[in-house]
Amino acid sequence: MKKNLSYMDSVHRDGRIWNIGVMILLLMFPVTVAFIFGASPDWMALLKGLIATAPMYWAVGVIETITFVPMLGAGGSYLSFVTGNISNLKLPCAINALEQNQVSASSEEGELISTIAIATSSIVTTVIIILGVVLIVPLTPILEAPVLEPAFAQMLPALFGGLGVAFVSKNWKIAVAPVLLMLVLFIFVPALNEGTVGIMVPVSVLFTIAVARILYKKGVV
Amino acid sequence: MEFYVNHPLLFILAGVLVAVVLAQSVYFLVKAVRRSKVIGMDQTKIRKTIQTAAVFTVAPAVAIVISVIALSKSLGLPLPWLRLSVVGSLSYETIAAENAVSAMDLTLGKIDALTAQQYVNIVLVMTVSIMVGIWLVPVIGKKLLSGMSNLEHKDGKWAEILNNAMFIGMISAFLGYVFCNISRLWLADESGMVTVEESGQVLRLPGTSGLVPVCVMAVSALTMVLCGLGMKKWKWLNDYALPISLVVGMASAIPFTAWLG
Repeated sequence: MKKNLSYMDSVHRDGRIWNIGVMILLLMFPVTVAFIFGASPDWMALLKGLIATAPMYWAVGVIETITFVPMLGAGGSYLSFVTGNISNLKLPCAINALEQNQVSASSEEGELISTIAIATSSIVTTVIIILGVVLIVPLTPILEAPVLEPAFAQMLPALFGGLGVAFVSKNWKIAVAPVLLMLVLFIFVPALNEGTVGIMVPVSVLFTIAVARILYKKGVV
Repeated sequence: MEFYVNHPLLFILAGVLVAVVLAQSVYFLVKAVRRSKVIGMDQTKIRKTIQTAAVFTVAPAVAIVISVIALSKSLGLPLPWLRLSVVGSLSYETIAAENAVSAMDLTLGKIDALTAQQYVNIVLVMTVSIMVGIWLVPVIGKKLLSGMSNLEHKDGKWAEILNNAMFIGMISAFLGYVFCNISRLWLADESGMVTVEESGQVLRLPGTSGLVPVCVMAVSALTMVLCGLGMKKWKWLNDYALPISLVVGMASAIPFTAWLG
């Protein structure tokens, strides 16, 4: 007898199949290249390269998974962790969609809205990159024009200005403490910059949850 | 077969993977839209969500294309195309590639032509080091999310506050980041200049350059507020408020950078 799966169960089942499938295919890429061109890896150098790179990114990856999954929802998580660019594209896109539709992220409507926003964003991104690859010769001088460089260098401030004002103003009681803490840390700790902002996201999320919990217990929010 | 970084076979291999990832996105989109019909959600809202997400994605996606072009100079086109379509980012791929080649006593950007062996090493380091999310979501995703939905049943109000708190936490970190170079204002020497190291290069910049992201953020926030005011008259503004703020903010970076450095 076929088991009757709920929608969420089927998202998890399909997501697992897709993600594990993509992971195997991703690993097949270097294996196939090695096989076709008759080149085995330089094992010692590979080990050294991995030791220099993997531990830090694995640790970050574990923390990112725990932090982002509850925000992205089920369908959104499976997709986002395959297509990447989570904090600078997929999550803002989902947050904006939830906000516009006035639905809570933890409801089924919220799950569907965020999956739809993230899937659309993934499709558009993939297609634009394909166009970029096909048209790289005519596009390179335009996209690398010095006049445009500052615009793309300042994408994150331009994104979080708009997103921040919408979200912070609606939840200002919760937002005051984390915004102040992050301002002080980023202004006075030189090590905090574009490269380390990703590590500060989980720190800030945990701190904000703690603040929100205290305010909730005191009946302020 | 002789290897080179733009070999047609590499394009085919990368293309197959990109096609699979595209198929996954389409699959989840169709699945979610179907479900939204079953539970009776307003389909005009669904269409608007799709339109807004698509428009919003254009500028960030173009930024990703720029990263592909930057990386293609040392790694050829197929690998950056694949890496930035699946998981990666410019800074991560650069670090991974540098670590992979320096383990072979070479320096990225100073190699005339990568050999197949060097290429395989680079790809393996890039792929293995960033793999965590892809398999960890299938392992713990369901548990994490059912924990969230249990909470929703137990204390719905707290569950909603918790969700908002997570979003605010993430946004706060990025708002802090916008101010990370403001200390250049008081670190500048008598000539008003400051020496900084950016992506391995030593640069002399005006002390006021740290204000550029702050001004860009302010313009973007102001645009968002104006869209909020204007949407009483023009309803469509509500749908495109975020992409409009993003593009206006990015455009304002051009005069701000020319002015402040």
